[in-house]
Amino acid sequence: MNFKQSTTAAYIFLAPALSAIFVFFFLPVIAAFIISFTDFDIYTLGDISTLRFIGIKNYIQLFDDPLFFTALKNTFYFVIMAGPLSIAVSLGAALLLNSKLVKFKSIFRLSYFIPVVTTLVAVAIVWRFIYHPRFGIINYLISLFSIAPIDWLGETSTAMPAIVLMSIWKNFGYNMIIFVAGLQNIPEDLYEAASIEGASGWQKFKSITIPMLAPTTVFISIITMIGYFQLFAEPYIMTQGGPLNSTLSIVQFMYQEGFKWWNMGYSASIAFVLFFIIMIGTIIQLKFQKNTE
Amino acid sequence: MKLIRNLFIITLSAFTLLTSSCSKKDDGVRTIKFWAMGAEAEYVTKLVPEFEKENPGIKIKVQQIPWTAAQEKLVTAFASDNTPDACQLGNTWVPQFAALKAIIPLDDYIKNSEQINKEKYFDGIWDTNVIDNKVYGIPWYVDTRVMFYRKDVLEKVGYKNPPKNWAELLDLAIKIKALHPKEKKYAIYLPTNEWAPFVMFGMEAGSSLLKDENTRGDFSSKEFKEAFTYAIDFHKQNLAPIGFSQVTNVYQAFAEEYFSIYISGPWNIPEFKKWMTGNLADKWMTAPMPGYTNDYPGVSLAGGSSLVIFKNSKHQKEVWKFFEFLSQPRTQIEFYQLLNNLPSVKQAWENPILKNDPYMQAFYVQFTNVRATPKIPEWEQIAFSKVQQYAELAARGAMSVDEALKNLDKDVDQILEKRRWIIEHKNTN
Repeated sequence: MNFKQSTTAAYIFLAPALSAIFVFFFLPVIAAFIISFTDFDIYTLGDISTLRFIGIKNYIQLFDDPLFFTALKNTFYFVIMAGPLSIAVSLGAALLLNSKLVKFKSIFRLSYFIPVVTTLVAVAIVWRFIYHPRFGIINYLISLFSIAPIDWLGETSTAMPAIVLMSIWKNFGYNMIIFVAGLQNIPEDLYEAASIEGASGWQKFKSITIPMLAPTTVFISIITMIGYFQLFAEPYIMTQGGPLNSTLSIVQFMYQEGFKWWNMGYSASIAFVLFFIIMIGTIIQLKFQKNTE
Repeated sequence: MKLIRNLFIITLSAFTLLTSSCSKKDDGVRTIKFWAMGAEAEYVTKLVPEFEKENPGIKIKVQQIPWTAAQEKLVTAFASDNTPDACQLGNTWVPQFAALKAIIPLDDYIKNSEQINKEKYFDGIWDTNVIDNKVYGIPWYVDTRVMFYRKDVLEKVGYKNPPKNWAELLDLAIKIKALHPKEKKYAIYLPTNEWAPFVMFGMEAGSSLLKDENTRGDFSSKEFKEAFTYAIDFHKQNLAPIGFSQVTNVYQAFAEEYFSIYISGPWNIPEFKKWMTGNLADKWMTAPMPGYTNDYPGVSLAGGSSLVIFKNSKHQKEVWKFFEFLSQPRTQIEFYQLLNNLPSVKQAWENPILKNDPYMQAFYVQFTNVRATPKIPEWEQIAFSKVQQYAELAARGAMSVDEALKNLDKDVDQILEKRRWIIEHKNTN
């Protein structure tokens, strides 16, 4: 069997998967990229002759659209707040779960993981009740300390933090499981050797756990960042982007433009801007990891 | 290997099953695919057997689509050539599907029909279906917004009758607010995530909302500015709760006198009946909208759902028969009893079931003065995203009324850019 035969065979085996990816991923992406340079809208759906190629006008309009910057700002705010916080919470929970002192580990692991597998829509609706200004449990609890009730989802200053809190609660279980796996991969003898040398708990954490977890942490932060940039369902259900667009995310903005108002061209350009933002974020994180190695 | 073979066989047999069930048997029976939304779909199936008995050659297949995803589903169906024969459309959607050229004008059918013609319907409602002098939809059921109010609270402040004009409504609101100076209670609920009252006040003041063949916003006009200021002042004077999330359950809030006036539609009647029980049961009523000065009732929105026929349908004549069936006063009353959807045919309102219902009187009066919002596909975007956005900004005091309306016009002009281009294009050709 020569080289050519073997590569042909490989291509044949790869063909089903590749063609599926091509048809269902690359083609739509290419089409969307082309559409982002047109004014594809509801008139175009009815009569293709009204399609106009407008160059980068969508992108220019986008960078002139105050709503886009509001959405961008909100999304960054969410990623920067919720990202590190949720990773920290996941790591904390993982360390606790990994501790030899904890009993009934599987029960804790299960209960921390339940929010992850619960439908986001159901969770968001329940949290809407928790945040309710008049009947919510949070306002009841703070009223015990004689703090005036807060309209969590109705005030521009508290709506996004409220969504951040909910998202952390909803998502930390997933990263926690990955961290637990990472922790279990750290050889026990490293800790034993450190203990013999007289290292304190904090020193062991700083010099063994953190560096050994570095690859896991990079993976988790990239996955979390990508996920959080695509923030959609939480504000969609809890606030509809309000009040005063203070929780409008980029994806929600894109959805509104595309599927509510049928400005497909404009919507596609939003998608590509988001794609570039996520790509840049990922590259920065990968660079950062290489430098620390 | 065995597993793969089995999988292959399963897939193959699934395919044959699918294709065979799709293949048509020609036994002279025409099957109409009818899409309806939400609860309407569930209840219209109860009317279908009667129609099928009267018309042995026609079968109706009703498919339910959820309201929230209806528009997406219909446009996707259109894009992939999978539209049903007929469908129920919210009448503000008719312009969108007419622009898509997905639905057909029904004038020829109406001309030859005894059952369906303009005179049998409320003018304002019928007009929502007329685009460029062609009728694209038949009103199926109707709705509009009226005032829901607390009789006991109004009587307490000396109002035996609901307010008849804007000045009275404002005076009433101030008096209700004065009843609870210390408590966090309000007179009226005008949430900024409902554009309807803002637009209704605008139309009542005489604004046409858009100008130049609906290609530019006209919100900075004197008329709209007056109406908008009037509505925003309820928020500024603390007569209405600002924003919308403070009230997650309007019915409960209404029962607790958190507010005493709410502008809403017939879909809320069963809900209010459910919440206003015991000694509250006779403490609320509906009334037509107050007029600007002496005109009563004031303008409200021409809402409801229309029946449309899709261009790709091969059984348009049969569909029309079904529409005629649904438009009989008898069927309309039956449908009202099933689902509380108000009949579109005026004759049905003579029926004692509606005539003797005290809550329905306001609606009947209101339907004589309902108006369609601008009949262009972009209207929903203008109303839901822009009018609401600037109403909220103005209500919260983040912008002055002048500033809000100027920005509203600017945004609306941008949304309508394509429409301007198409109309100019048409005129030059």
